Amino acid sequence: MTIAFASGKGGTGKTTFSVAFALSADDNVTFLDCDVEEPDSHFFIKPEITGNEKITVPVPVVDSGKCTGCGRCAKVCRFNAITMLGKKPLIFHELCHSCGGCSIACPEKAVSEIQIGTGVISSGIRDHISFYQGLLDIGNTKSPPLIKAVKKKGDGASLVIIDSPPGTSCPMVTALKGADYTVLVTEPAPFALNDLKIAVETVRILGIPFGVVINKSDHPFPQTEEYCRKEAIPVLLKVPEKRAAAEGYSSGESIIKIFPGLGDEIKKAISTIKKEAVR
Amino acid sequence: MKIVITASGEGLDADMDSRFGRAKNFIIFDTETKEVSALDNSVNLNAAQGAGIQAASNAAETGAEVLISGHCGPKAFRVLKEAGIRVYNTEAKTVRQALDLFLQDKLVESSGSDVEGHW
Repeated sequence: MTIAFASGKGGTGKTTFSVAFALSADDNVTFLDCDVEEPDSHFFIKPEITGNEKITVPVPVVDSGKCTGCGRCAKVCRFNAITMLGKKPLIFHELCHSCGGCSIACPEKAVSEIQIGTGVISSGIRDHISFYQGLLDIGNTKSPPLIKAVKKKGDGASLVIIDSPPGTSCPMVTALKGADYTVLVTEPAPFALNDLKIAVETVRILGIPFGVVINKSDHPFPQTEEYCRKEAIPVLLKVPEKRAAAEGYSSGESIIKIFPGLGDEIKKAISTIKKEAVR
Repeated sequence: MKIVITASGEGLDADMDSRFGRAKNFIIFDTETKEVSALDNSVNLNAAQGAGIQAASNAAETGAEVLISGHCGPKAFRVLKEAGIRVYNTEAKTVRQALDLFLQDKLVESSGSDVEGHW
């Protein structure tokens, strides 16, 4: 079973709760930090890193001896990664989405692909948790290929927990696709509720069962829970704001150490999720 | 010699658009014939990415040797350089003012992009 943690708005507690769920689970967990632009779950899981694997993506190169300058490669590229300067194609690898369209479109077979680095997957172990995180190369703006590579590490594992990137665009959708259940972490505030609604729409389109965790639940903003009630969205957990939680966070301590009993509540939530999740 | 100036309108009295890739129009001035024409760049105005690259490619297709704009990013600059187009940056308000500054030799050719991409 794969449980993905997402939010829409950043900073609501995806990492806090994905880590808390992983630490509280009775079963072995494969933890995938797919927030590859800034993976931070390792601060809390503290795995012993045993491997680093470079991940590459294919990008086009043109054999100028074979190229006739017809421009079909540039025309087929949806991402403006190839432009024609007269008869000469200019390629911008940083804009390429590795679709391979240009090499298919080239009638002269002048376009071939080379592999360039996109990021690194680090792996390690801590107690019952097999840990993997992706770290996107600096300057790279396209995270989905690396997120997909991180997700492959969960193949065949019985319980996978995914820490997704924030937002509701390609990186988040890539992280969630194929998950059996999504936990949307939110906080009672107008901005978070706005983004929660967008995240709910996204997860519904993906067809993944989901529930909500309300972080800092004691904030006076009843609209969040009203929304969940109205939309019949299960609220799996409510955790109030506590200064000690923030202090613990800043020193790499999981929230389950701060709230006694939270670990048991999470175990209950996991069994609820198991019943709700699609298999 | 043809000169391309980025503009938000048409004609020499149009306001300059300080952006290159996402400029609405390119005003093309021919120094020999004094002819003025406009090239619509609005497709790139709304491009998701690679606006500068396509705009530079379009500018090259006009046969221009000089581009005058407010700012130019690194990818666009690479294309313009490859096409042999000289780039000049100015904060002039109108196309005519920019052109006059250039023709009076008051603009300095830029040696590289002056802004990061997506500025």
